[in-house]
Amino acid sequence: MAGLHKSEFTNPVINWVDSRLPIFTMMQKEYGVFPTPKNFNYFWNFGALAMVNLMIMIVTGIFLAMNYTPHVSMAFDSVERIMRDVNFGWLLRYVHANGASMFFIVTYIHIFRGLYYGSYKAPRELLWIIGVVILLLMMATAFMGYVLPWGQMSYWGATVITNLFSAIPLVGDSIVTWLWGGFSVDNPTLNRFFSLHYLLPFVLVGVVFLHVAALHVTGSNNPLGIEVKGPQDTLPFHPYYTVKDSVGMCVYLLVFAVLVFFAPDFFSAPDNYIPANPLVTPAEIVPEWYFLPFYAILRSVPNKLGGVVMMFGAIAVLFVLPWLDTSPVRSCKFRPIYRQFLFLLVISCIVLGMVGAHRPEGIWVVLGRVCTAYYFLHFLVILPILGKLERPLPLPESISRPVIAGGGGPLPGGAAAKPMEKV
Amino acid sequence: MADSMTATAPGSHGGAHAGQEVTKRDFLKLVAGAGAAVGVGAMAWPVIDSMNPSKDVLALSSIDVDLTPIQAGQAITAVWRGKPVFVRHRTPEEIKAAESVPLSQLIDPQADKARVKPGHDQWLVVVGICTHLGCVPIGNKPSDNRGEFGGWFCPCHGSQYDTSGRVRHGPAPANLAVPPYAFETDTKIKIG
Ligand code: HEM
Ligand code: FES
Repeated sequence: MAGLHKSEFTNPVINWVDSRLPIFTMMQKEYGVFPTPKNFNYFWNFGALAMVNLMIMIVTGIFLAMNYTPHVSMAFDSVERIMRDVNFGWLLRYVHANGASMFFIVTYIHIFRGLYYGSYKAPRELLWIIGVVILLLMMATAFMGYVLPWGQMSYWGATVITNLFSAIPLVGDSIVTWLWGGFSVDNPTLNRFFSLHYLLPFVLVGVVFLHVAALHVTGSNNPLGIEVKGPQDTLPFHPYYTVKDSVGMCVYLLVFAVLVFFAPDFFSAPDNYIPANPLVTPAEIVPEWYFLPFYAILRSVPNKLGGVVMMFGAIAVLFVLPWLDTSPVRSCKFRPIYRQFLFLLVISCIVLGMVGAHRPEGIWVVLGRVCTAYYFLHFLVILPILGKLERPLPLPESISRPVIAGGGGPLPGGAAAKPMEKV
Repeated sequence: MADSMTATAPGSHGGAHAGQEVTKRDFLKLVAGAGAAVGVGAMAWPVIDSMNPSKDVLALSSIDVDLTPIQAGQAITAVWRGKPVFVRHRTPEEIKAAESVPLSQLIDPQADKARVKPGHDQWLVVVGICTHLGCVPIGNKPSDNRGEFGGWFCPCHGSQYDTSGRVRHGPAPANLAVPPYAFETDTKIKIG
């Protein structure tokens, strides 16, 4: 049987397939027996939740697309028809629309988990970078999806966001015309957004696959942020973490269901139930909540190009984060000072979100500027310097022995700085 | 196949080792690679350009506007290439305000004379799109909030324009654009 994979499955059909295409062996290795640190807390649920959320978006999206018409004169009505006439159309749409919000909630928690426990540090830099690519793709997908129902917010959101590119010197206007396929947001724009909104989630599936593949090379980080030292530190993924993820999944689905069935318009702007009118801008345009912090950064800079650069810069810093943080200690558990700065970062992101939802007047302008400044200071100044100055708490010897017997005093900086030795 | 691979393997490392000879195989790889790049590049442009405005979109590019119904102090919105165009009948005070501002006070300095047609000072024709991020400013009706400078006020991020459509208060960086237009008669213009 030269050339065939030696499958260990006893079921003859599975064995036959697995010998020729070892997907069962792969699943068993990557999701069955995969050695996973045994000290995960519930923050480690959010990756799996995001993956499920992506699947929910794709399934509801495909069925919505069967009844949606991407034309400026019919898009709004086709969405209303989905809501009123299509069997369970209201359910599909509310799951899809609120699913986008759930997706960002889950993903933002997942990202802050990474920040708190230092999951972006060596050797997981590429894993982190792929994650930031996922965030960008999600944002592009959600932005274009929001344009599809062709309400007032859809139209003006699309106008303001595409116009961001006009800030680019020299070629900006040509780029915007190219994005629009015309001289304003119009039918060609709606058509291409629909095409891309359908495509990008599948690109996301590909990138998520790479994200997980990279994860399975380095293995997971854990709440202590120290390397796994051997089998005594791990558990097989199944059943231990399949069960733990299922618990989280129930809570997630509960929250999701409350939104869909009891407050389906909680996150949506009422103006989007007014059909798009290219000649009248609504008095108040606000993006979807998940873009508010970035929108606030945009508006905090009183210069057009500067605002756009800072807004994209807010994501760009995440790409280089692994090299900005100079501390070799991963988990905030052992970095008492950094932990406080990180809480400040979380607070300033939340405040920026609030600033984005208000007219840029009075106190909101000041808050916006202060928090924008802190956001960049945190990544570009505090992280590089603090890593050098801060004295981390003593790291445990291993995951299995989290408490150092005899209350051993603080390790010398050098020892704390080398938590990653492989055994 | 396996033999030829081993034979040329050192060369295939792109001459990483000093003093490595450049082989015929390296040259062929380079030519094949360049050929593929040109092929893909040649196909990329049609794909990218297909997203630019199509001929039918470009064809809808001029409109006539009748000026007779527009009262002094008021403006109407015409639609040109899918964009709103403001056609404003200015009052003598508004013209005077626009002409008397020193250029040094302007964010994007431009004389009022350069923004209207000679002999038609009372008609201001501008694209009604805020040069910040593209919202439609308010101010066509005299009862609207026209901002401090009597022209237009943008509800999105608070830019203000004067009675010549020039930006007087940011974040917008530039004046409202004047589209190409001409007077066909004293009461009719052709935009585009
Ligand atoms: C990353 C995954 C996705 C995200 C974040 C996302 C996000 C969104 C958002 C925010 C909306 C606007 C909802 C509203 O206010 O009505 C929307 C609409 C829509 N999406 Fe998606 N979507 C995703 C995947 C998909 C997929 C795979 C399809 C399949 C074709 C799809 C098809 C549609 C359609 C047809 C609409 C218009 C109907 C409507 O407005 O409810 N989406 N999407
Ligand atoms: S779009 Fe007018 S001020 Fe921003």
